[in-house]
Amino acid sequence: MSATTGSARQSGAGPGTGRRADAAGATRRSGTGPRHPLNIRIFGRNPLGWLFSAPYLVFVIAIFAYPLGFAIYMSFFDYFFAAPGAHVNRPFVGFENFVQVFQDPQVLQSFVNVGVFLVINVPLTVVLSLVLATALNKVVRARTFLRVSYYVPYVTASVAVVGVWLFLFSHDGLVNQILGPLAPHPSWLSNAALAMPTIAIFVTWKQLGFYILLYLAALQNVPNELYESAATDGAGRVRAFFSVTVPGVRPATVLVLLLSTVVGANLFTEPYLLTGGGGPNGASASPVLVMYQQGIEQGHPGYAAAIGIVLVIGVLIIAWLQNRFAGGRES
Amino acid sequence: MSRRNRRIGTDLSRGQSVLRGIVLTIGAIVFLFPFYYMIIGSLQSEPDTTLAGAFPNPANLTGHNYAAINSRINLLSGLVNSGIFTAGVLIGTVVFGLLAGYALAVLQWRGRGVTFALALLVQVVPFQLLLIPLYVLIARNYGLADNYLGMILPFAINSTAVIIFRQYFLQVPKELFDAARIDGAGELRLLWRVAIPLVRPALVTVILITFIGPWNEFLWPFLVTKEASMQPLAVSLANYISNVASSTANPFGSVLAGAVVLAAPVVILFIAFQRYFISTDIGSSVKG
Repeated sequence: MSATTGSARQSGAGPGTGRRADAAGATRRSGTGPRHPLNIRIFGRNPLGWLFSAPYLVFVIAIFAYPLGFAIYMSFFDYFFAAPGAHVNRPFVGFENFVQVFQDPQVLQSFVNVGVFLVINVPLTVVLSLVLATALNKVVRARTFLRVSYYVPYVTASVAVVGVWLFLFSHDGLVNQILGPLAPHPSWLSNAALAMPTIAIFVTWKQLGFYILLYLAALQNVPNELYESAATDGAGRVRAFFSVTVPGVRPATVLVLLLSTVVGANLFTEPYLLTGGGGPNGASASPVLVMYQQGIEQGHPGYAAAIGIVLVIGVLIIAWLQNRFAGGRES
Repeated sequence: MSRRNRRIGTDLSRGQSVLRGIVLTIGAIVFLFPFYYMIIGSLQSEPDTTLAGAFPNPANLTGHNYAAINSRINLLSGLVNSGIFTAGVLIGTVVFGLLAGYALAVLQWRGRGVTFALALLVQVVPFQLLLIPLYVLIARNYGLADNYLGMILPFAINSTAVIIFRQYFLQVPKELFDAARIDGAGELRLLWRVAIPLVRPALVTVILITFIGPWNEFLWPFLVTKEASMQPLAVSLANYISNVASSTANPFGSVLAGAVVLAAPVVILFIAFQRYFISTDIGSSVKG
């Protein structure tokens, strides 16, 4: 019922009936409150919007807002698993979980590992995706084929491509066969110094297509006139790239920095499968892998939630710094 | 536009454009080779890691690896589980995402701005923060472990899809909706008869990008499914890689055979519909 009155009112005020709309607007402004039914004052002109969005709002509250609060709550307790419905007393421990995060060598090691990962992955992602997108943007022949080849790793399951990388980078795999005497000992994924860089290269390769896509969208917004005037000023291709393209796609660069950092901090599948659970000796364990081991395998979800919170605060600080230094003044 | 492009094109010297072609082709090979090698490796009866092994050798070809992996992890049941998981997410995203996108673009209601801001914000909430509480809630408290609903719930409505739908509905001229409203159509009818037919390309884009998520997802279904008969293919293949593979005769062959089966549906779907995987749509949705 209220839905039909809502839509009728809206169609009356539509742009097609200018004079009536003006009149309606005037009465709305002069006659406050009482002219409108209560439901319109609370829910707006078209309460149906609430109804249509209700499932999504319930989803956001149940899957994001509530668990977020629950994570913070849990991190202050010695939380443990119990049968559903059972009443158990889980002791409040204050900041003990957080103190432990900074004293646990396994956790600190995983933060260092993900730092190594980000230092390799993020700059490589930004540079390669911008250069490849710039080249792809101008190419005319075989455009579709080239784009599809760069996107394919992104759309494929990590678990599937991990299989090939294990094969390629195994002790007597194709990569070592080609390198011959230059092959590292121990091999890539079982070498404590090389395991994390290899994972970083893998993830860069896997995700690059998505960032190329973002840069291609951004490149459409760089006005061609800027390239033309750069050319008249005698700037070469390289010069034009640095003085027109790079500043022109700066908002996209900020986005790529942010997303690749967030995705990198979420690293789990690759160390779990490529290096058999963060080996050798924890040299490639990521924080999320440690969260899984601590929270679910060993049954300390409160502690795991605390690791997650510290990790996210770290990501927020990095994102803030990136925005500060790469964002420029206008954004 | 095309005239300008051509002019820019002639600005490039021949040598530079050849160089660009070479760089892009080498790049494409680096990106495609592992997929080619995946297929070759899955067909080798003896793993051949030499350079010669990168080329098909008729004496060393077999379909046995597919049978071998199928005997250890039921490929069909894995595909069916992945399919149900993905279909659940797709249905939730399309039905509720369309409703929310329509409400955000077309209807005037209080809270619209806040809801849109939430849809943007939700995309940067890192999953690692939600991982543990969602596991405790869904798998422990609600008892939804080894259950399709438990797998689907955290992904039920893709927020990127909501934003893409909103973006498309905003482009539909307001007059169309007003005309239909004067004819007495209700909002649901308007959405079904007027709005959805006009945004059909968005529907394909959304289905494509939503499909990739659950089909490839590993961590969440890995946490909530312990029973082999309930595991999506990504999870059963991962368990095979980490637990079983090393004890078999040709571990790489069977792992790669499983990888081909897992990758094929998405890659085929993606190549068939690649023109809907357009930069502007997805780019604008991420930027908001």
